[in-house]
Amino acid sequence: MSTVADERNARAPWVLSAPALMLFVGVLLIPLAMTVMLSFHDWGQYKGIEPVFILKNWKEIATDPYYAEMFWRTFRIAILTTLLTAALGAPEAYILNRMDGRWKSIFLLVILGPLLISVVARTLGWALLFGGNNGLVNKLLMSAGVIRSPIPFMFTETGMVVALAHVMMPFMVLSVWAALQRLDPQIENAAMSLGAGPITIIRRIIMPQIMPGVLSGAIIVFSLSASAFATPAIIGGRRLKVAATLAYDEFLNTLNWPLGAAVATLLLVALVLIVVGSNALIERRYVEVFR
Amino acid sequence: MRRNGPLALIFHTIFVIVMVAPILVVCLVAFTPEGFLSLPTNGFSLRWFRAIGNYPEFIHAFWVSLGLGALSSFVALLFAVPAALAIARYRFRGRDALAALFLSPLMIPHVVLGIAFLRFFTSAGLGGSFAALIIAHVIIVFPFALRLTLAAATGMDRTVEMAAVSLGAGGWTLFRRVTLPLILPGVISGWALAFIQSFDDLTMTVFLAAPGTETLPVRMFLYIQDNIDPLVTSVSACVIAITMTALILLDRFYGLDRVLAGKGDTGR
Repeated sequence: MSTVADERNARAPWVLSAPALMLFVGVLLIPLAMTVMLSFHDWGQYKGIEPVFILKNWKEIATDPYYAEMFWRTFRIAILTTLLTAALGAPEAYILNRMDGRWKSIFLLVILGPLLISVVARTLGWALLFGGNNGLVNKLLMSAGVIRSPIPFMFTETGMVVALAHVMMPFMVLSVWAALQRLDPQIENAAMSLGAGPITIIRRIIMPQIMPGVLSGAIIVFSLSASAFATPAIIGGRRLKVAATLAYDEFLNTLNWPLGAAVATLLLVALVLIVVGSNALIERRYVEVFR
Repeated sequence: MRRNGPLALIFHTIFVIVMVAPILVVCLVAFTPEGFLSLPTNGFSLRWFRAIGNYPEFIHAFWVSLGLGALSSFVALLFAVPAALAIARYRFRGRDALAALFLSPLMIPHVVLGIAFLRFFTSAGLGGSFAALIIAHVIIVFPFALRLTLAAATGMDRTVEMAAVSLGAGGWTLFRRVTLPLILPGVISGWALAFIQSFDDLTMTVFLAAPGTETLPVRMFLYIQDNIDPLVTSVSACVIAITMTALILLDRFYGLDRVLAGKGDTGR
């Protein structure tokens, strides 16, 4: 039996979310669909965009090795950035979690704060630190005896990975930190009382429990690095292109919008597949942790 | 709990220094008295902060960014608050899909969004306009506005509302006098986080901005593309100072870890 009140109740959430839903359909889903369609249109230097259905842009991306190299570079940088943030961010989150309350919140603010500071400003900082072949970083590394000759950071993939890792680090620390909050410190004490050493505790107790946090942080870092724009554009310069900077060039310099749309569509599809796929894998593997 | 050993503390110190170094170096170089990029070794000078005054483009871009951030975050909340109430209070078919759609701008690369909006607004005859920037920014800050409002609405004590209803309040009065004041901290934090996101966005905005509607990050980016000099460091230092202020306020009001973690506090 359904009363008037029940029916009003069933409609209420839709009435409340209708404005937002219309906004999202009108200015998010439709523009995205238009972009996918745009990637099938033709373009010429003099005729501009022609609204026909052809596979020219997709064929160009599939056959021209320039695009394969560019996408491979994009994903290589994203993978290295992810590994670097995981290798440094996970231990840092663990150390942070063991600090006293006051220090913990201060350092959490210091490490997470940069997340909200302009990416342009942060990347500019790295450009200053790298500064040609004898920047501050190289001077420091050489005087510490880590390296003999300066490493070129500006306009190289190395520099991009270092700067990107810095930009993405807060996401990894945050993700591992969230996983650590669910961890029962008594388990660590129990392992110690049973005679486990610090290395065994980290390997057998801590690592398995924070792994879901590391992996979900890795997914965020990977997808953001693969689509990053500001850092590769500033550190990489005009020649070392990644997917986002190439799409930008096609749109605002070459004006070949259909080709740029194809690059963007491919990036979006590849990222969605990778993120959804790895999410499913992680959830299956760690089903008991997520409950 | 066990304490951190000396090795852990050394690691932590280096980690924090590396995290802070790029931001610190920008702020230090901004105070250089020299005409070129250098750390201020012989005295601090404000000349590069004064020099900003000679570049009206930066001043104009700053006002564009400020207006854009404030307005788009406010508009986003107008849409997000009712949607958050719907998602927080009702269990209905399509609820998860709706929430996923509303949070999707977090998942879609901003370069793709920039391209999609450029194409869309150019065909709609709004290319390069401030209106187009507002609409686009409403979409990208919407998830942040929604998430914090949602957290506040989920954790809210509903007995107060029931009491108000039993006393005869309903509809708009109930929302304005009871519900909104209760979720206000979440709404304000949502606005602040949304504002910061809008204020900092480069990747999407760089596709949409035209001369006259360039935001500060876009202006800074285009400037850096041509040359890096102390002027852009002093502009950056100002941006950093503004963000830090907002950040500290946000931390005082709401707790930064809660703002950034977001999802952890919906399931109380």
